[in-house]
Amino acid sequence: MNSSDLSHLDDASNPHVTRAYYERLYPFKQMYQFYNGDIVPTRQFTNREFAFTVKDDIYLRYLSFSTWDDWKKETLRLNPSRFEIGAVYTARPRDKKSLAPSAFKTKERELVFDIDMTDYDDIRTCAAGKDICQQCWGFVVAAMRVLDTVLRQDFGYKHLLWVFSGRRGIHCWVSDPAARALTDEQRKALVGYIEVVRGGAHQAKKVHISQNLPKGAPWHPALTRSYEDLQACFKDTVLEQQDAFRDDAGWRTLLTLLPDPVIAKELTDRWTAQPGLNSHRKFDMVRASIKKSTVAEHIWNSALREVVLQYVYPRIDTEVSKHQNHLLKAPFCIHPGTGKVCVPVDVSHAEDFDPSRVPTIGQLLRELESLPAVAGADTALDWSKTSLAPYITMLEKESEQIMAETRRVKREANSRSLDF
Amino acid sequence: MNSISGAANRKGGALEVDNYNGLYKHRLNFYQQAPLLEVSLEEFESWAIDRLKILAEIEASQVRNRPFNDTKAVIKSQSAKLLSLSTNYTRTATLEAERKKDHVSHYVLRLAFCRSEELRRRFVKAETTLFRIRFDDATTAEKNAFLHSMKSSQSSKVDWEEVDDVEKESLRPFLISSNPGIAIKPAEFEKELYYKVKWTQVPELVERRRVFLKQGYAYVPMREQTSLILNSFSSQLQQALEFTAKALPRLDEDSRLLPVLSHLSLSFLAGLSSEAFDPASFNSDRKISAESIDMLAKKHFPMCMRSLHDRLQNTHHLKHFGRLQYTLFLKGIGLSVDEAIVFWRKSYGANISDDKFNKEYRYNIRHSFGLEGGRKSYPPRSCQKIITQDQPGPQDNHGCPFRHFSLDHLVPSLRATYGITDTNDLNEITGAVKAQHFHVACTRVFEITHANKGVRKGDGLGGGESVNHPNRYFERSLELSGEAQAEPMTVDGA
Repeated sequence: MNSSDLSHLDDASNPHVTRAYYERLYPFKQMYQFYNGDIVPTRQFTNREFAFTVKDDIYLRYLSFSTWDDWKKETLRLNPSRFEIGAVYTARPRDKKSLAPSAFKTKERELVFDIDMTDYDDIRTCAAGKDICQQCWGFVVAAMRVLDTVLRQDFGYKHLLWVFSGRRGIHCWVSDPAARALTDEQRKALVGYIEVVRGGAHQAKKVHISQNLPKGAPWHPALTRSYEDLQACFKDTVLEQQDAFRDDAGWRTLLTLLPDPVIAKELTDRWTAQPGLNSHRKFDMVRASIKKSTVAEHIWNSALREVVLQYVYPRIDTEVSKHQNHLLKAPFCIHPGTGKVCVPVDVSHAEDFDPSRVPTIGQLLRELESLPAVAGADTALDWSKTSLAPYITMLEKESEQIMAETRRVKREANSRSLDF
Repeated sequence: MNSISGAANRKGGALEVDNYNGLYKHRLNFYQQAPLLEVSLEEFESWAIDRLKILAEIEASQVRNRPFNDTKAVIKSQSAKLLSLSTNYTRTATLEAERKKDHVSHYVLRLAFCRSEELRRRFVKAETTLFRIRFDDATTAEKNAFLHSMKSSQSSKVDWEEVDDVEKESLRPFLISSNPGIAIKPAEFEKELYYKVKWTQVPELVERRRVFLKQGYAYVPMREQTSLILNSFSSQLQQALEFTAKALPRLDEDSRLLPVLSHLSLSFLAGLSSEAFDPASFNSDRKISAESIDMLAKKHFPMCMRSLHDRLQNTHHLKHFGRLQYTLFLKGIGLSVDEAIVFWRKSYGANISDDKFNKEYRYNIRHSFGLEGGRKSYPPRSCQKIITQDQPGPQDNHGCPFRHFSLDHLVPSLRATYGITDTNDLNEITGAVKAQHFHVACTRVFEITHANKGVRKGDGLGGGESVNHPNRYFERSLELSGEAQAEPMTVDGA
């Protein structure tokens, strides 16, 4: 068969294409296990809110399903272009209309994070806008590393699933029971602990750490650790690949972040005279001028550390993480714009992940078409013969761990209850 | 005896009340044991009302974004009047009575506020702030003694693990640099005692990066213990309230308490304390004449009365509840019944005949003064009553402008009657109205209109008090103008 005949499969807005994907590839069962945390349906799944975006961008909230089979059937029937997963409520979300508001409250929810390249637009020099390239993926890798360390070391969470958002961002689902139980207030505190880059487009300096501390106080150990982890990334990504201070706008921003206006003025003059200097040279010149400055050295040091954080510290969308009832796009959905699947990312090999090589819906369906047709063969495992297989295996592995933990907790509870 | 121990966990533990010498050992109280005391019905209500006033003031402070230190100052001055709590060092005879009142009033309000999610949330927030203020105020010795008693008491649900020296030493650099207070004086590290708790118990410290975090545990230095204690205070109060709410229907309670309780919670919802304005405190000697009312209205009346007054002067008519609200207010400022009749007759003007006036209105006015019918003297209406009762119908003009005017009517009225034109001021007022904090909006108007008398933002009616009674507003305004002292208040009068 000629592959050009199958080019319509690349059209993610074609209902037949998405239906075929849900029918033959979408890992409903594995996803169900991931969110349910058990083999038999629990409230984690039955009281879970789903939201579908269906034809003409109609948004259906408060859907819920009793089993994964039920979920699959509804998905095939409504054929959403994408869907989102929300909180576990005290009752079934689909019964919401018949319940008193006091009987319908959020109960649990994975702790989620959303990092989007859009928030980095002011500092990246490569493809601004909707696209992502291997260059700016460096920012994402740095962000993932820092966040992963904070969540594991400081907060002690173990079950983190990182998911590529389909275009230029990354999501993180933290599924530890302790993380799912966090209240909104605690989520806000956690975000406050993590968040460092604040302030909008009209504010040049976005990181203020030392100025909020008493004079001479060191940074919090978590920030010091993040800074140390990020130094290499600042060198490789910002100075090397992005060459962020080569352009006029880029280096002028850098100079506004320096603590001494005299030095900034001097460097402005020198850099205007020599437009060809690369970022490495410029940053070295900044360092070299510390000695000449009248401003104390420790102020310079913290200012430069803050510059590093401003450029490479994770910029998270805080609203997503602060509320239990916030919806987030489900893993393995198709991004309607790019046709790419939202696949999990292995954080320990994050730099090897290439967003441009993520399987697309068209590619996967063509792979299915090219499978030898065997009459009467079981098609349920077709996914394992496509390039989606390694990603689904990753999800399965994560679900296994969560289910093992659920079993362990159950066993402990049982042994306690028998212990008279 | 009134059994108000419905919420008590009777199962055991020593009472905070020392039965032998009848003293509460500590000034601070975690309220883990219900008071098993005899309390008269009158004390039951009046103590609760006093506490409620404090809590209402705390809420108002929160709404007005007062910094904690200002709130503390305001609450301390209010507490001195209503709910004072002396330290152990001042061996006053009233020490026990004070603590008993504090203890009982807390439990009465628990009963009143356990019934809905909204009430519980607000009660916990206000009580926690009150506790914080008191804790903040306590001396180090008092704090330590209190903490010690909490840790040794079995009933307390505080689970903090002390960090042993080995672990403390192994984490030395992290612990030092994680708290700025210790980091700038590292020598204090040796003396510092650390507690290890789940980080979720101290979200506030985590958010501000004031503690070291490791594997989900926060290492809290002694100096940051306030956060820890407040958190366990609010979480155990929250639990106790939910428990009380479930127990309340089964409470073997006589019908004397329920009306009191529901009245208390209603007052709190209106953002006010119920009898905030004591009618006995009117300046009853003051004589105000019918003629001077117009002048006084322009200078000293709160917006609700000002709008009734203007309406009456323009249309020469008010509907029943408007008349009632206004008559009682005028009575409160010192208008005698004879002057009141003169005032109303004049205001109604030629619209109605003398005959009709005498037949239909004189009686009502005299009735309000307790001279007809049941001969009951009605007190001037408080903000709470005006806001929550007798909601105005389509033709009515009474009520609270901040509650009952729509915003697009309120703003022009503020401009026209009080000359408030500053956009920031107006935004602040409408902001408070939108958040349903009507008394805050009214207080703000008072502050703005009395700025030339030296009233600054946050001062309210003096000492940060919020408006909770139209007559209080009037008295304070008059007081500030200096006219109260001057005798010629009786100028045109009888």
